[in-house]
Amino acid sequence: MPKRKDIKKILVVGAGPIIIGQACEFDYSGTQACKALKDEGYKVVLVNSNPATIMTDPDVADKTYIEPITIEILEKILRKEKPDAILPTMGGQTALNLAMEAEKKGVLKKYKIELIGANSKAISNAEDRKKFRKNMMDIGIDLPKSKVVNKFNQASKVLKQIGLPAIIRPAFTLGGLGGGIAKTKKDFYKIIKNGLHESPVSQVLVEECLEGWKEFEMEVVRDKKDNCIIICSIENIDPMGIHTGDSVTIAPALTLTDKEYQVMRNASIACLRKIGVETGGSNVQFAINPKNGRMVIIEMNPRVSRSSALASKATGFPIAKIAAKLAVGYTLDELKNEITKVTPASFEPTIDYVVTKIPRFTFEKFSTSPATLGTSMKSVGEAMAIGRSFKESLQKALVSLETGYSGLDRVFNVNKKEIEKKLRENIPNKLLLVAEAFRKKINIKRIHNLSKIDPWFLEQIKEIVDNENKIKNKGVPRDFIEFNRIKSIGFSDKKISELTKIPENVVRKRRMALKVLPVYKKVDTCAAEFKSFTPYMYSSYQRNFSLNSECEAEPTQKKKIIILGGGPNRIGQGIEFDYCCCQASFALKDAGFETIMVNCNPETVSTDYDTSDRLYFEPLKEEYVFNIIKKEQEKGNLIGVIAQFGGQTPIKLAEFLYQNKLPILGTQYTSIDLAEDRDRFRNLLNKLKLKQAESGIAKTYNQAIKIADKIGLPLIVRPSYVLGGRAMEIVYERNDLKKFVEEAFKAAEDNPILIDKFINQAMEVDVDALSDGKDVFVAGIMQHIEEAGIHSGDSACSLPPVSIKPYLIKEIENQTRKLALALKVKGFMNIQFAIKKDQIYVIEVNPRASRTVPFVSKAKGLPLAKIASRVMAGEKLSKFNLKDKSKGMYAVKEAVFPFNKFPNSDLLLGPEMKSTGEVMGFDKNFGMAFAKSQIASANSLPKNGIAFISLKDAHKDEGIDLAKQLIKLKFKLCATKGTAEYIRKFGMKCKKINKVSSGTPHIVDVLDAKKIALVINTGGGNSEHRVSDAIALRRATLKNKVPYCTNMSTAYACLEAIKSLKTKKLEVTALQNI
Amino acid sequence: MIKKAKKTNSKKISDKQSGILVLENRQVFKGIGIGYQGTATGEVCFNTSLTGYQEIISDPSYAGQIINFTFPHIGNVGTNNEDHESDKIWTKGVIFNSEITSPSNYRSFLHLDAWLKKNKIVGITGLDTRNLTNFIRDKGAPKGTISVSKTGKFNINKIINQTTKWSGLKNLDLAKEVTTKKNYLWKGFKTWKKQTGYQKNKQKSFHVVAIDYGIKKNILRYFSDFKCKVTVVPCNASYEKISSLKPDGIFLSNGPGDPAATGKYAIGIIRNLIKKNFPIFGICLGHQLLGLALGAKTKKMKLGHRGANHPVKNFINDSVEITSQNHGFEIVKEGLPRNLEITHKSLFDGGIEGIRLKNKPVFSVQYHPESNPGPQDSVYLFQEFINNIKKNAKKKRY
Repeated sequence: MPKRKDIKKILVVGAGPIIIGQACEFDYSGTQACKALKDEGYKVVLVNSNPATIMTDPDVADKTYIEPITIEILEKILRKEKPDAILPTMGGQTALNLAMEAEKKGVLKKYKIELIGANSKAISNAEDRKKFRKNMMDIGIDLPKSKVVNKFNQASKVLKQIGLPAIIRPAFTLGGLGGGIAKTKKDFYKIIKNGLHESPVSQVLVEECLEGWKEFEMEVVRDKKDNCIIICSIENIDPMGIHTGDSVTIAPALTLTDKEYQVMRNASIACLRKIGVETGGSNVQFAINPKNGRMVIIEMNPRVSRSSALASKATGFPIAKIAAKLAVGYTLDELKNEITKVTPASFEPTIDYVVTKIPRFTFEKFSTSPATLGTSMKSVGEAMAIGRSFKESLQKALVSLETGYSGLDRVFNVNKKEIEKKLRENIPNKLLLVAEAFRKKINIKRIHNLSKIDPWFLEQIKEIVDNENKIKNKGVPRDFIEFNRIKSIGFSDKKISELTKIPENVVRKRRMALKVLPVYKKVDTCAAEFKSFTPYMYSSYQRNFSLNSECEAEPTQKKKIIILGGGPNRIGQGIEFDYCCCQASFALKDAGFETIMVNCNPETVSTDYDTSDRLYFEPLKEEYVFNIIKKEQEKGNLIGVIAQFGGQTPIKLAEFLYQNKLPILGTQYTSIDLAEDRDRFRNLLNKLKLKQAESGIAKTYNQAIKIADKIGLPLIVRPSYVLGGRAMEIVYERNDLKKFVEEAFKAAEDNPILIDKFINQAMEVDVDALSDGKDVFVAGIMQHIEEAGIHSGDSACSLPPVSIKPYLIKEIENQTRKLALALKVKGFMNIQFAIKKDQIYVIEVNPRASRTVPFVSKAKGLPLAKIASRVMAGEKLSKFNLKDKSKGMYAVKEAVFPFNKFPNSDLLLGPEMKSTGEVMGFDKNFGMAFAKSQIASANSLPKNGIAFISLKDAHKDEGIDLAKQLIKLKFKLCATKGTAEYIRKFGMKCKKINKVSSGTPHIVDVLDAKKIALVINTGGGNSEHRVSDAIALRRATLKNKVPYCTNMSTAYACLEAIKSLKTKKLEVTALQNI
Repeated sequence: MIKKAKKTNSKKISDKQSGILVLENRQVFKGIGIGYQGTATGEVCFNTSLTGYQEIISDPSYAGQIINFTFPHIGNVGTNNEDHESDKIWTKGVIFNSEITSPSNYRSFLHLDAWLKKNKIVGITGLDTRNLTNFIRDKGAPKGTISVSKTGKFNINKIINQTTKWSGLKNLDLAKEVTTKKNYLWKGFKTWKKQTGYQKNKQKSFHVVAIDYGIKKNILRYFSDFKCKVTVVPCNASYEKISSLKPDGIFLSNGPGDPAATGKYAIGIIRNLIKKNFPIFGICLGHQLLGLALGAKTKKMKLGHRGANHPVKNFINDSVEITSQNHGFEIVKEGLPRNLEITHKSLFDGGIEGIRLKNKPVFSVQYHPESNPGPQDSVYLFQEFINNIKKNAKKKRY
């Protein structure tokens, strides 16, 4: 059936900011969908509040709205654009929820808009637990025992029916938010209460607990003629009880016989049919009781998902792209498999390798929250690796994580008893614990009984550990066969080095001397049954006795450039860098280069097989990058390697590339080092006569204290060579110094720590610039809303600046130019300045693409990463049109935080980055742009109501002005005793409310009663109970979804926004219309 | 659960080179020997299925063949007493990329290596199976020999000799080797169910005579599902013997070898059955033989279809089925008789996957609707056969 001609314009809904449970996989799916629909001749309208995405690049859709994803905004866009259909299956839960809301509110009917991909009936059949259950029972698919609770008073009856332990899942929430496993009655009631609250429809599901069962997923695609195919089966190594996003998973499933697999295949297809997913991809999850094979269905998602992104990368089958085409009427047999070119998309991919995905966690940033896993997702990113065997795949995945592992590292160096205890717990990095259990001679049976991990995986891990011992005892192998065998198990050179105590480069030399080299195999959807035309590759040391493994890399004779990606997402490094890498690839392709991408993050656009000319799905570590470069240098002309677009990951490799005389494109390692080396950088600033806060660098604890005393408080203490402000602290009091210095040393590993004078109460400015070595282009100057001291990634900022004096802007531009030229920057540079009393201080310089590159690019309408990459490849800046296309629009970036995922964590911001994503508010008026940024980051500001104010003593004077303005805006005020009395002194009305420690009814009670419209709270003070008071207040704010600001400058911006909201109409603008 | 797996058989395979694979072009792959110690020659083909190795190895259609599995981990779920498709294993040898691991599955009964030994199948692992697959894809399925010896010493010339001297599958009638020697009545087991395993069918509404060219048990199980009594007869059973059994329908089974060779005696029998208006259903070799009987031609394919992911277009209802396939010969499009309709085609290469007679209840498919292993999208074909039987029964032929 050919594509539909009755629809012409389609609106695609994006997923909004990166949050835990919804990361760049939806940029990948959305970008694919937009491109596919455009290719088919449809007009594509896109709404997404996330400026860091590739999909919001103005080239991707015909009309791009970087606007909050809410029903009000949607309606405005619909009124303006009049699309014929909405495709809601590409933007995760956010898009599905929006589609459902639009349906419920009659918006779709009003504008005569059809949902394609999944209609509202299918969405609600899948998402409404009661309906889902009934549907599955109708078709005879077994389910866990289960009851739905809509009201808290039903809980006790349900408890009797299900028993304990029980799983509680709120309906319509992301990543199982608000759910959990209840093992005691007390927990049971607590979780139900919380779940009812978190669910937008006040509905939770209570289920028989399947903890310890095996967990599987099937990725299914269906077309309108009812042709169904399975793209991939996925097996979770972590048994049921841990969210699949937090589980180590593999593809394909390895512990099912064909008979069991077919039962699951049939059930997953039957499920799609019954739910009524007419076209597109869905994910169906199953649990199997390992004792008797009983299979139950857990859930299904009638949309593309994190797992479908993984399945796409694992097989080479682009689910989202195909799903988009199916949504407009094609059938699977009409679509081509682009990898083989000769076969259609209507087949089931088969693979000849094993894929392992390992989640990456960030508990260290939320240390007050327990590092345990459960049914609510906690991981912030993931790495995927491909190997010819499970062992190779697993060890490569561990290296890919970039958490410092070189394999099954010994991070659990505890005694046997402790290990046995921990094996029962749901903790991150469980497989490393399993390895340690084997080292402590705990047998497979016992480990299985405690951990419930399938013995098949346990035995594989045991074999890795056995081989570790062998390497330890026998040293670096001296013959090809043995060395090749070790490598085919996946041992990295680094791991072999650690085990043999021989330096990694020596291990590498010996390996290469024996000609033990990786071969590259293709991911081709068909296990080599057909010739493939897309060079999507992974490395393997195929077990071999005769040196004749086949390498399919076949480097070309072309001029080529390698782009090193950003690796797994983490706080501080995410989609922004993937945006830069993709843009570079697109631009360099246009400029006639062959582009070669290296990355290991399955969520990304950069790892799509058609983003670059060639793709290596490999860890971004020395050994693997070295091998790829050597392979590509065999033929053609490798112009260079781009290391400045993927964040800190490739920058860390620059020194290695430099030392091994491998060509770096753009800014050279010497400049990178000059910017990172404190002493040399200080000298440079002195030479350029630029100001910097006093600072020092310490290699030892004593040195650190000495420097601190010399500089004086307040101080910033941090480790060098880390991103996202890890272990960075501001020290106001001498008493805290010792603790923070020690932590910084711990996080720095072997590197020194940095100590700077903290310029407090200063304004911070972020600058992104480009240079070709002669000319410098200052692309964007962003004024932070929060004052200096809060990590730039966590700060809201405005482009252009709202309140920097023009001459200071000129001076910032001058200083930027000076620094770029002095550092011999070729490509990107990011500088952070602080302005205090009209003095400009350089905080830091990074000669690489920054997190704000996509934001500036969108705000100014300039493809900065494209220009930078071409400049790096040798073109002059003067060749490009660098005219600002923002036409006076204000762009406000706001950060989005995962505090709701980490119980007990404080919402207060500091120098360590905590946000997972960002949104952009875009408007002619700053206040409105800021208001939009708050709406988009789920902190929607009120137009009236009661404002609660609680201020630090230092802020109280400023607070009076704030209070006056609030009253002017017709807000009523309330405050804790001290603040209230202070406000009253100035003749304003202000209600007194108890602090938590002063007894009920206190502020948390009032918040729970939903009486507060806005909270302005700038922190507690230092005594312990005041801190805990403040934390309780902020957690309650979060829980009740009350908009809040935690510092004065944000509060003023909020006032500005409220003013705009009250006086102006909220309007939407497409990027293309500016 | 996993306790059932016999641990004694999961002995670590030696790291020493103890196996060798030699192709007819003298290419030598060294590896680790698995399974039975010995030497076996056959046509080297590859199978791309991710699951179902026990079913695949025990499929009689692989007689005379060495199977190169493209998926690297084979043996992870062990073997059991339910998942074999024939009581005797006809596959010549197996090639796995990675060493066989200890099994883990609640139904596992025996380590795959032990199962191979028990069934006297030689095998080799620790070699670049993808390289071999690429070779087969580009050059066609070669003759090859696997030799396994603990000593690791091989007389390569002798092995090459043995390989080149073998005549290959072309013109080889293997059906007569793998077929049952005597008529037998299928015990009535139905297809496998997760909760109950194999259960017996007690109702016998129709009588199907299945001509055994190398039949897979799962075909018989499906007939039981559809309440049939099945008599399995040898591949050379005469028309008279077959019709004396008073069948309601005739089934032409799958099997190994060259259809043209088997056709020498099978075609006449099938033609008679068609003439007498029996409802006929053929699968795989049975499909090819039916084609020959109707006047079509067959040929040897370059590499054949072997896997569980093959898309087939059904022209009757315009849909796509994902099918399980295992064949190295096929009916050619040229010179098809007019009364023959193509019902199914491969979406991989456009080859004929299904035919039917326009005026008689006779049809066949090249692929395996009985799956095992593979998707179960095409079970409807059994229903169609039964429908034909029902319609035909009304005509009262006897």
